[in-house]
Amino acid sequence: MPSSLAEIPLGRSVKVRAIAGARAFRRRLLEMGLVPGVTVRVVTIAPLGDPLRIEVRHGQWSIRKAEAAQIAVEPASPAASNS
Amino acid sequence: MTDDCCEPNLAAPSVRGARLSIALAGNPNVGKTTLFNALTGLSAKVSNYPGITVERRTGGLTLPAGPAELHDLPGTYSLNARSADEQITFDALAGLAGQQAPDVVVVCLDATQLARSVYLLLQCRELGARCVGALTMVDEAGAAAPDARALSELVGCEIVPVTARTKRGLPELLVAIDRAARSARRAHWVWTPSATLRVQLDVVRAALPASWRSSARYASKPTGEQVPSGAASAELPAGDDAIAVWALTCFDASEHEADELVGVPPDFRGTVLAQQFALDDEPVLARWAWLDREIPKLAHTHPDRSLTERIDRVLLHRAAGFAVFAAIMSILFMSLFAWAAPMIDGIDHMFKAFGGVLRHLLGTGMFTDFLVDGVIAGVGAVLVFLPQILMLFLFLGFLEDCGYLARVAYLMDRVMRSMNLNGRAFVPMLFGFACAVPAITATRTMERRRDRLLTMLVVPLMTCSARLPVYTLIIAALIPGSRVTQGLLMVGMYAFSVATSLVAAWVMSKTVKPLKAKRLPFIIELPPYRFPRIRDVLRMMWGKSSMFLREAGTVILACSIALWALLYFPRELPESAPDYATLIAHAPDDDAKAALVAHEQASHLENSYGGRIGHAIEPAIKPLGFDWKIGIGLVGAFAAREVFVSTLGIVYAVGTDADEHSQPLRKALKTAKTTDGRSAYPPLVGLSLMVFFALAMQCMSTLAVVRRESGGLRWPLFLFTYMTVLAWIVSFLVYQVGRLLGFG
Repeated sequence: MPSSLAEIPLGRSVKVRAIAGARAFRRRLLEMGLVPGVTVRVVTIAPLGDPLRIEVRHGQWSIRKAEAAQIAVEPASPAASNS
Repeated sequence: MTDDCCEPNLAAPSVRGARLSIALAGNPNVGKTTLFNALTGLSAKVSNYPGITVERRTGGLTLPAGPAELHDLPGTYSLNARSADEQITFDALAGLAGQQAPDVVVVCLDATQLARSVYLLLQCRELGARCVGALTMVDEAGAAAPDARALSELVGCEIVPVTARTKRGLPELLVAIDRAARSARRAHWVWTPSATLRVQLDVVRAALPASWRSSARYASKPTGEQVPSGAASAELPAGDDAIAVWALTCFDASEHEADELVGVPPDFRGTVLAQQFALDDEPVLARWAWLDREIPKLAHTHPDRSLTERIDRVLLHRAAGFAVFAAIMSILFMSLFAWAAPMIDGIDHMFKAFGGVLRHLLGTGMFTDFLVDGVIAGVGAVLVFLPQILMLFLFLGFLEDCGYLARVAYLMDRVMRSMNLNGRAFVPMLFGFACAVPAITATRTMERRRDRLLTMLVVPLMTCSARLPVYTLIIAALIPGSRVTQGLLMVGMYAFSVATSLVAAWVMSKTVKPLKAKRLPFIIELPPYRFPRIRDVLRMMWGKSSMFLREAGTVILACSIALWALLYFPRELPESAPDYATLIAHAPDDDAKAALVAHEQASHLENSYGGRIGHAIEPAIKPLGFDWKIGIGLVGAFAAREVFVSTLGIVYAVGTDADEHSQPLRKALKTAKTTDGRSAYPPLVGLSLMVFFALAMQCMSTLAVVRRESGGLRWPLFLFTYMTVLAWIVSFLVYQVGRLLGFG
């Protein structure tokens, strides 16, 4: 049941599995620390329905839904993590 | 697995005749500006990087070894530059594009965002920069702040905790910079390229242009220093690898993703592009793997964000958030639209009074006219923008520093996206309703050049306050109907300007190549709320405003003097003109005298070069319903749209200072007749004229500011052309279709 960051319910912490999309886009997300394995959470959706406010590494970012849809995530259950 | 590449011979301690050059780098929102101000005091200067509107701030600094220069680099999360804007930081740090590589790089490290901050430090170290870390936000991080000594050992360069507000740690920082400047340059990598990447790096490194090699970039300054033999030719292989990593990750020639880097030699680009990009993510992932392994050892807890979260729960709330947003934007808007007005009027009166005194002292004559109507009025034309510009930078600086401007972008992104812009464009567009000049200056809060350009090209379509006197005059004089219908028409003009700017932005983003929407993500940080340091905000306000006066002001002044000359010369009236001097001397009473003076002025204006242009363009504006008198008004309106009103006042001989409420002027327009006795300005012409003013680019100050902000003549010319053509076409349609339908 892999899904994207745009689909997960508000407030639920998930793990980044992979980032799709164009080179520059992907690298930009990776550089800000959104690398596979990191925990991410959608905090709120903007009042007009887009963009999303996400929390990564104790920092918050605004990211559009279309962009969040490129971020594949998986459940952050302790069993799934093997760091 | 730390991989040191040390070049002992490249020591070249730079403490000597030339001043040391120190660069200040860091992520956005880490207190870099505060640190810069604390270090440089009042010596800082704001200027622009050549050809681009990224601000460059430089200030003096006194190190134990002597004076040095501190360069503040634009905030960035990474050195991997893909656009011309991002390239500034990279070029400055690496010593590319003809710049001298800094002797020391001070990297601001946010104690509350350590991993991300150190990421940038790692990149600087890979290049071979001599780094010193300034650890900021230690108070805010509290228990989560790392131990500076442990961090220093981990990253391999000195780390000094600083609190810029209280100047704590600054002396230690200066000593550390001094020590770093005397140390050997060495590139320091925390990761080892894979075998496959290694092969690519070697190929790219071998192809590096000579001036891009570390031997050239880090060459000693030519100030008679003692260079150890061989030092100048020594190279930092790992430092050059860092350039190769950048080239491999950022060069791109694909159709949708081509990079926007400038100054890359074509054959080098070719060599890089011939490589496979299969290992694109490797450097980034390798650095993060290291950070995720090492940083948690230093900081065991996390900074407390609960206060920011509580504030955001209100400010980003569906209802309350928009209410606060509307209130803040109203205050902002009123400050430009209404509160600046008394100051603007004050400046206006002051210059008029000063001009009057001067005229009295010097007596009449061409030189007096030049001084009073050309120079002094021109200086006044520049200074009237100052109240708005000062307030703009005061409020913007405050909102940016406290973290709210990022929230505005978050709240309004959905709206701005419909015009292929992003949330950052909202504030400049809003300011457009007050005046395009501060609005275009406000585009500086946007990151990307393409977004800034598109915004400054549509902002002049907004109904600015200079259009109001024109609309007021036309509606009152030419549009029949009750006050309600007249009021509705005014509201309609506002709606029309919003609609046209939306459409124009959308069309241009689809058709004009440099303005096309790139598939770049719109990701902005929502930093923790912080109380801005008023001194920093004021200093920024002053620096930016004085730069506006220097750069845009001089152009506006030159243009207003030129325009004055255009409407003043030649002074000789044609043979057919009556002998006004004799007539005035024999005028029976003061009223008759005033009327004669007004007529003389009207004759002069009509006969001036500007007046002749007004005549000459009549064939072009006739299809819009305008005559040559309006033509002269349009020439005068180029100084500022509201000047249209006073120019028409002169043309219609009702005096030189008629305003939109002038009853004689309204009457003159209402009763004006064409040669065949019809009304010269039926309501349809009024409508066509208002549409023309809504769309035409008639403001030299706007053009001067666009020239400054876009760094050249190309975009102001484009702006002038597209708006004027658009205005002509739409006014033509309004007038001609209206006539076909039987109006006018």
